[in-house]
Amino acid sequence: MSEHHDHDHPHEPIAGDGVPAAARAQALEELLVEKGIVSRTEVREEIDWLVSRSPADGARLVARAWVDPEFKQRLLADAREAALELGLDPGPSPVVLAVENTEAVHHMVVCTLCSCYPRALLGPPPDWYKSLPYRSRAVSDPRGVLTEFGVELDEDVELRVLDSTANIRYLVVPRRPSGTEELDEEELAALVTRDSMIGVSRPAVPA
Amino acid sequence: MDRAVHDRGGWPTDAPIDRSEHDLADWELLTDALAHVLAGKGLMNVDELRRGIESMPPDEYEQASYYERWLYSIETILTEKGVLAPGELNA
Amino acid sequence: MTYRVGQRVRIAARPHEGHHRTPAYCKGKTGRIERIHASFPNPETRAYGEDGLPEQRLYSVGFNPGDFRVSVDIYEHWLEDAE
Repeated sequence: MSEHHDHDHPHEPIAGDGVPAAARAQALEELLVEKGIVSRTEVREEIDWLVSRSPADGARLVARAWVDPEFKQRLLADAREAALELGLDPGPSPVVLAVENTEAVHHMVVCTLCSCYPRALLGPPPDWYKSLPYRSRAVSDPRGVLTEFGVELDEDVELRVLDSTANIRYLVVPRRPSGTEELDEEELAALVTRDSMIGVSRPAVPA
Repeated sequence: MDRAVHDRGGWPTDAPIDRSEHDLADWELLTDALAHVLAGKGLMNVDELRRGIESMPPDEYEQASYYERWLYSIETILTEKGVLAPGELNA
Repeated sequence: MTYRVGQRVRIAARPHEGHHRTPAYCKGKTGRIERIHASFPNPETRAYGEDGLPEQRLYSVGFNPGDFRVSVDIYEHWLEDAE
């Protein structure tokens, strides 16, 4: 496993009985391996899959939808199938639902109960997505949340907050920025940020 | 209506959203992976994982980091099922 | 399925001990069915080691808490007709 320094943590994480979480997690793995319940290989393979996930996959779906209206319809109808069509791994979630931002509607995604997120297509969720303030305010003051993220919506744009409380994982298809007519699909994908696919940001604009 | 500590939608708060991010530490990836491998083997499903997280004492839930909650839950559920003996992780 | 798209429904406000996926801020709210999702094993029983069968239909329900809309995924047994 690669070296990793969690120097971003202000304290040593404690998971129970004063034992730092890192030591506890390692002890748990050792115990489960000793008991023959899991194998180190299985664990390593799962870690490999987790670290292979990134928002680049989601961005490819969005970029293709921007250039190909029929693909966009397929994406909105069944995002899992659309991902497979591009050779992407939609992950184990039973249903991934792509929702489209338009000039009339802006979508924002939250999981108020925990942290449900289309991880296979976006990579791990950012800390703020899992945070208590986001989970609280996304459904009580979403315009205030968007303002914090630097997004102001026109007043006539409906703001729709999707709370992923069950088996559905949501992916936002943001609006294609203007001035991008000359860009190819790869260049378009580079504009599609993770945050724009959560709905707290707009895509980048071309330089 | 009373609500459990994990049920945060609309929970009164003035807290700003801290947008700083951190790469997952090795132990966090490990914890995540263990939960998924256990689920794949039918030993602990995602609903049990969530239920275990929700069973944390409220102040511990609020103080714990995200993967500390997962670790607590895995330990709780596996102990409940007799896969781990109580306190076996402390030995 | 019991409900159709566009139907006015109320999200039940009953207390529930133990794991369930109907958030407190949604309980008692009236809204409309926006989507009919698939059926899934019931997390309320699956969380306690049972198989979660029979599966429960999941719906996306929309309501307006303020100057925005919330679409939340709710299981059928938490919904009531409000037409």
